[in-house]
Amino acid sequence: MAQAERGTFRVKSGLAEMLKGGVIMDVTNAEQARIAEEAGAVAVMALERVPADIRAAGGVARMADPKKIKEIMDAVTIPVMAKCRIGHFVEAQILEALGVDYIDESEVLTPADPENHIDKWQFKVPFVCGARDLPEACRRIAEGAAMIRTKGEAGTGNVVEAVRHMRLMNKQIREVVGASEEELVQLAKQWGAPLEVLRLIKQEGRLPVVNFAAGGIATPADAALMMQLGCDGVFVGSGIFKSADPERRARAIVEAVTYYNDPHKLAEISEDLGEPMRGIEISELAPEELLQTRGH
Amino acid sequence: MGPPVRVGVLALQGDFREHLAVLRRLEVPAQEVRTVEDLEAVDALILPGGESTTIARLMAKSGLDRVIKKRGEAGMPLYGTCAGLILLAKELVEDRPQPLGLLDVTVDRNAYGRQVDSFEADIHIKSIGPFHAVFIRAPKITRCGPSVEILAEHDGAPVLVRQGNLLGSSFHPELTDDTRIHEFFLSFLGKP
Repeated sequence: MAQAERGTFRVKSGLAEMLKGGVIMDVTNAEQARIAEEAGAVAVMALERVPADIRAAGGVARMADPKKIKEIMDAVTIPVMAKCRIGHFVEAQILEALGVDYIDESEVLTPADPENHIDKWQFKVPFVCGARDLPEACRRIAEGAAMIRTKGEAGTGNVVEAVRHMRLMNKQIREVVGASEEELVQLAKQWGAPLEVLRLIKQEGRLPVVNFAAGGIATPADAALMMQLGCDGVFVGSGIFKSADPERRARAIVEAVTYYNDPHKLAEISEDLGEPMRGIEISELAPEELLQTRGH
Repeated sequence: MGPPVRVGVLALQGDFREHLAVLRRLEVPAQEVRTVEDLEAVDALILPGGESTTIARLMAKSGLDRVIKKRGEAGMPLYGTCAGLILLAKELVEDRPQPLGLLDVTVDRNAYGRQVDSFEADIHIKSIGPFHAVFIRAPKITRCGPSVEILAEHDGAPVLVRQGNLLGSSFHPELTDDTRIHEFFLSFLGKP
């Protein structure tokens, strides 16, 4: 009988390929999960609280209660992701045992081990990790991440940091593509980025895994902006369920990611969605309030 | 000789870029299809992998569901991989999403399990030969109508089926470098 191989990098990164051109939405209960699925989300992220509430609550943010995650997994047929703390490999083991489809080793939760990220090669379940620039993305890929997302600044409803991270990544990819082998070695040293991953990027002209945008996307136009900047899809955290009309906004952001290059359609899609989440100006945050600087 | 044929890839969501890359490698003129107008420009259509609930919603919203069904019934070659297979099916075990109802099979969307159960395996395809297949949260074909030809099986379940101008696979040939299934699909264009 034909042998089947599970948990290979190809099936891990393969699921991310299937999510492309889609929207992954943060949800905190079964009802929100159903709303997200109904609106056309390609996956949901099961959480105790959305980032805006994590920010407001303070204290230590941890992996969600398994009961909550199971409730969400039972409510929908689309993939379910869940977050563990940076470096908390036991939370990751628990999430894998629960059968979640993707783990987000996330800076939105309080890091458990800021020095050592999880050795993701040890898991059959795939991981997505945040990155602010290309070197950080390369380090995560070398640790076994099968998908990358820009960190942006979660829970702010302000897209500025996501834009900054995506532009920086694009610029650094151009730098890698244009570099000679000697220069690549130098870049690897200078950036603290694994040379092997840089070679892959040079060869393919892009990140070797799918790259979504995250952290501050609140409107269909934000989502389309990130798509035009070259990301493969978007995560929307607080932006949907902290808005006045989550169902409508969710549907609109899904459509905006499909028709991101069509301003006429985007104009229609953006009409009459009610109040977006209020949002925070980044400069009003103290440096220790930034989530993006967690992990390295 | 008429104008060269154009192959469309439904680009509402999913891994349409990988299918386009395969077609490019085969030097076949190809384009993304997001609207009813786009569909008019193509002679065959690939429905990619992705999330079937998402693609179904966007197909209904754009009106593409009706025109794809109509052209499929009129003989346009259609190939669905994974989510695309779900969308081509006549019947689903679950009540969602609404499939196009073209390919006379019943599909159980999450029968192979969750992501940790996703797998790669070597299969054997009739008249093509050995093939390395990648299954990701794959849908299972649980029933085939009399006009459906089973071209490959894995673990006793059909994984590649054909019914005239329609082709469906529960795996993703576009995630490997093997272009033979796409070439086989393109051969449908030559025949009425």
